[in-house]
Amino acid sequence: MSNAIHLHYDVSADDFTRAGEASGSVKKRLKSLGYNSDAIRRVAIAMYEAEINMVIHANGGYCDVDIYPDKVEILLADSGPGIPDVEKAMQEGFSTAPDNVRNLGFGAGMGLPNIKKYTDEMKIETTIGVGTNLYLTVNVNE
Amino acid sequence: MSTYFHSVELDVDKCCGCTNCLKRCPTEAIRIYDGKAQILSERCIDCGECIRVCPHHAKRAYSSKIDDIKNFKYKVAIPAPSLYGQFNNLDNVNIVLTGLKEIGFNEIFEVSRAAELVSEATRKLIKENKLNKPVISSACPAIVRLIKIRFPELCDNVMPLLAPIEVAAKMARKEAVERTGLKPDEIGIFFITPCPAKVTEVHTSNSVKKSECDGAIGISRIYPELTKAMDHLSNVENLARSGLIGIGWATSGGESAGMLGEKYLAADGIENAIHILEELEDEHIRDVDFVELNACSGGCVGGVLTVENPYVAQARIQKLRKYLPVSMNHLNDGDIDEMMWENELKFDADIFRLSDDIFKAMEMMDRMENICKDLPGLDCGSCGSPTCRAMAEDIVKGKAKETDCIHKLKEQIQRVYDQLKNTI
Repeated sequence: MSNAIHLHYDVSADDFTRAGEASGSVKKRLKSLGYNSDAIRRVAIAMYEAEINMVIHANGGYCDVDIYPDKVEILLADSGPGIPDVEKAMQEGFSTAPDNVRNLGFGAGMGLPNIKKYTDEMKIETTIGVGTNLYLTVNVNE
Repeated sequence: MSTYFHSVELDVDKCCGCTNCLKRCPTEAIRIYDGKAQILSERCIDCGECIRVCPHHAKRAYSSKIDDIKNFKYKVAIPAPSLYGQFNNLDNVNIVLTGLKEIGFNEIFEVSRAAELVSEATRKLIKENKLNKPVISSACPAIVRLIKIRFPELCDNVMPLLAPIEVAAKMARKEAVERTGLKPDEIGIFFITPCPAKVTEVHTSNSVKKSECDGAIGISRIYPELTKAMDHLSNVENLARSGLIGIGWATSGGESAGMLGEKYLAADGIENAIHILEELEDEHIRDVDFVELNACSGGCVGGVLTVENPYVAQARIQKLRKYLPVSMNHLNDGDIDEMMWENELKFDADIFRLSDDIFKAMEMMDRMENICKDLPGLDCGSCGSPTCRAMAEDIVKGKAKETDCIHKLKEQIQRVYDQLKNTI
């Protein structure tokens, strides 16, 4: 076998009820692998936040996950509008989510800050009008 | 595996190998081998869903016989409050309690009395910030077992206070010893139970080294004799000692109501409970101090050893509670120390992981993913595993083979047929 388990998910647009399917599926697999439970929790929380972001802001996209014995690498890619000011988007409480989304309890401006908090590495590649790639790494800290 | 005691059993003669229980088991603990269901002991949480759905009544729950009480000099019944919801037109709990004495018990100690103490202790510990929030109720043993085998990050959130049954059993024995002067082991404490999970808890407890209960008798087992006795009472003794908080524990939301606050969540039904546990684990549920989860729909009144529809029972419990005081039992100094778990709730990592070696587990999962791609994805259960993914897992564990899938077998037969046709 290759040294990683590769998983691919499509994240559909505008469907909040399906957001979380990818993170839920990854969580289930990590549990079967007997993965460190703190790492599982961090992967599940960060991925879910990122999935929700893709649903709210970017018309969905896809998600690639590579599971290694000691770390999980995640790419969340969309072809949405891009993030004009990444530094601002990283501030807690800053949000551009529309009212209908806020009414559902999302869009509190904690998405990216939370993702950063729960992951060990986070990289954003974004181009206005083209899309955003979010690279995340969660290490197993025993 | 002999290390696990289970109340839920299979009557092999009645099992016809259909897939009803297989598909409904929330922990994928059932497989069908050679046309008969088999329970994977280590995964079973004794929730009783399989008993509920089996159309052939091949699943049953072990519970004590009424005759078992005869092994003790002094017999104490500790009835679950869900028992009170089983009788039509009942307006006085004392009739049920006197009926229990009529069929052979010397003494009655209501579990609802202990429930009121557990409610008070929980309020106190939460107020003093002594528990990890959100606190998850430990009253439903099926939920506790589920957390123990599936939710490692939540084990520390399970409330370390004993369930009302155990508290009631302890208090009942102490009272009986004082009253009779008999030795503790001459007194038999029998729980009247609505569900198999609680029978299991009495035999192999999560919370204590040895339960104070000497047995658990299913409500449905005692029901015929009890109703007969209740119909012929010459006088009704005044035995009831609990308020509306204690009796409320019989239904979903009752334990939460006993918190006397707003920041709680109550969910019932095993699938709903699993969703809530997933959400708690992912930290999606915030601003809640207390979480009450019941494996059965409606709460304990929905247990598979009850006789009445849970929602009818719930309506009756509401009526019975109406004119009762809020709570009739209160903590004394030092009581809480006596009510804490003796054991630590430790996550049982071995139950669902593929291997204890991560490299081997990854290799197995890689094979599983490939096998899955090749299976039809119908999740029909005909192979004997609950889903195609579960079958792939069974294959990599060496417990199943690909041709157990009737669709794969059909393809294979077709191939052989085509080859033979060409050779003729």
